[in-house]
Amino acid sequence: MESKFDVASVRKQFPILEQKVYGQPLVYLDNAATTQKPRSVVKRIEDAYFGQNANVHRAVHLLSQQATEAHEAARVEVQHFINAAESDEIIFTRGTTESINLVAFSFGEAFCREGDEILISSMEHHSNIVPWQMLCERKKMHLKVIPIDDNGCLLFDEYAKLLSPKVKLLAITHVSNVLGVENPLRQMIELAHSQGIPVLVDGAQAVAHMSVDVQALDADFYAFSSHKIFGPTGVGVLYAKRNLLEQMPPYQGGGEMIDQVHFEKTTYNKIPFKFEAGTPDFIGTAALAEALRFVEEIGLDKIAEHEKQLLDYALEKLNQVKGFQLIGKIPERHAIVPFLLKGIHSYDVGLLLDKLGIAVRTGSHCAQPLLERLGMDTCVRASFAFYNTTEDIDRLQAALNRIGNMFN
Amino acid sequence: MNIDEIQENIIQSFDEIEDWMDKYQLLIDMGNSLSPLDEQYKKPQHLIEGCQSRVWIHASYKEGKVYFEAESDTVIVKGLVYLLLKIFSGRTPDEILKADLYFIERIGLKEHLSPTRANGFTAMLKQMRNYALAFKLS
Repeated sequence: MESKFDVASVRKQFPILEQKVYGQPLVYLDNAATTQKPRSVVKRIEDAYFGQNANVHRAVHLLSQQATEAHEAARVEVQHFINAAESDEIIFTRGTTESINLVAFSFGEAFCREGDEILISSMEHHSNIVPWQMLCERKKMHLKVIPIDDNGCLLFDEYAKLLSPKVKLLAITHVSNVLGVENPLRQMIELAHSQGIPVLVDGAQAVAHMSVDVQALDADFYAFSSHKIFGPTGVGVLYAKRNLLEQMPPYQGGGEMIDQVHFEKTTYNKIPFKFEAGTPDFIGTAALAEALRFVEEIGLDKIAEHEKQLLDYALEKLNQVKGFQLIGKIPERHAIVPFLLKGIHSYDVGLLLDKLGIAVRTGSHCAQPLLERLGMDTCVRASFAFYNTTEDIDRLQAALNRIGNMFN
Repeated sequence: MNIDEIQENIIQSFDEIEDWMDKYQLLIDMGNSLSPLDEQYKKPQHLIEGCQSRVWIHASYKEGKVYFEAESDTVIVKGLVYLLLKIFSGRTPDEILKADLYFIERIGLKEHLSPTRANGFTAMLKQMRNYALAFKLS
């Protein structure tokens, strides 16, 4: 059946969007922070708890087998979603942050020595800065930062200059959580690999908006969070190439990750279990798989097209608002509009938008170094998902006009 | 007027307004009417840092009364600062320490008292009481 993207029927799958806040229909434009959940995802959680709840990988009884099958099927679903070569390369974590911390610890233990360097960029989320700072402190290493231009675009030539035999890893975001700018990953990874440097990609802001193929990118590590792609909170993914995972020591110790435990010596399980200590959130992973199926049914190409239309419409409408200042003139932007209203603090803008029923994010967006580089403390961020509409943008535009008048 | 009488006055002026945006308009107008803090006090030792907004506060003690001057980088928080100064500035330490600040909840601005780091308002209240206590003990 030829399916056309029908935003009205898609929205029906998200009951939260039907509610009113302060007497106004909710306009949810904080999708870069977290996304709403479709009925099928919540139903999957309910069904699992009411019908299939038993610990995975342990017991011989039927419920445990069903739970294990669902959990492992979720791993395969994730594998296909990002086109990993095999499901053993998919590690379940608690989120992007934990995925990055896992690599910072285990990769650091296996491959990093005093005097080595880790390379990141100026536009990273704190989650892709702090774990590397901690590694650098632990191992007496140095953190190097790829600069950006005044618009927020990465300076490729400067990146190339920073590569050296001392660099042990490049950790870079796929899409900036503040600017929505996409980094030229293919070229960056190719160049890093030509010097034998592996690359970790923070995909938190990418996976819900574009089709990701980790093999085509040739990423060595790719991290993302379930809750940013319509799945439950508390579940994350780390994709990593088998040969790297096999050389890395475990991140945490406990059940599930072991082979044999003796007081003299413990041997570890094979991948991916070596990196999954303790009972995993097997209901969360099954619900994530449901979310990925939901996205695949709509199709990421249709999602990207809809969001591009929304973005173009938003930029056209918002540019008509008096005092509207878009942050970063970037050619390829994904689903995020960061801005300031001239002369009005972004906290005041966000607070008044809330009273008008519009949820956006204000502040430093967990990317203080980026905002500092762009010469500001805070900004307002409107971020879209496929369930947003041009009416949402119209409401935002009208609200910003109204707020602007309150301060004059 | 004592502290509670001022609170009642504030509550009444907000109660007369029905629309949320108009309540905030009043707060914005109050914020805009707040005299700017002398630049010499806009220093780290007077700063109360919130995650999204900042408040600077300076206190002095004359003839048994505490006088506050304060400012914020956001106009809405400045409006709240204006109200707090109206209530607390020129009071004795005991009045400040014993005061029950119920007006914020009554005018429906309770969200500003949440313990999140979003604004420095809760921290500012605490800081004003700390000043009062310090002056009382001095």
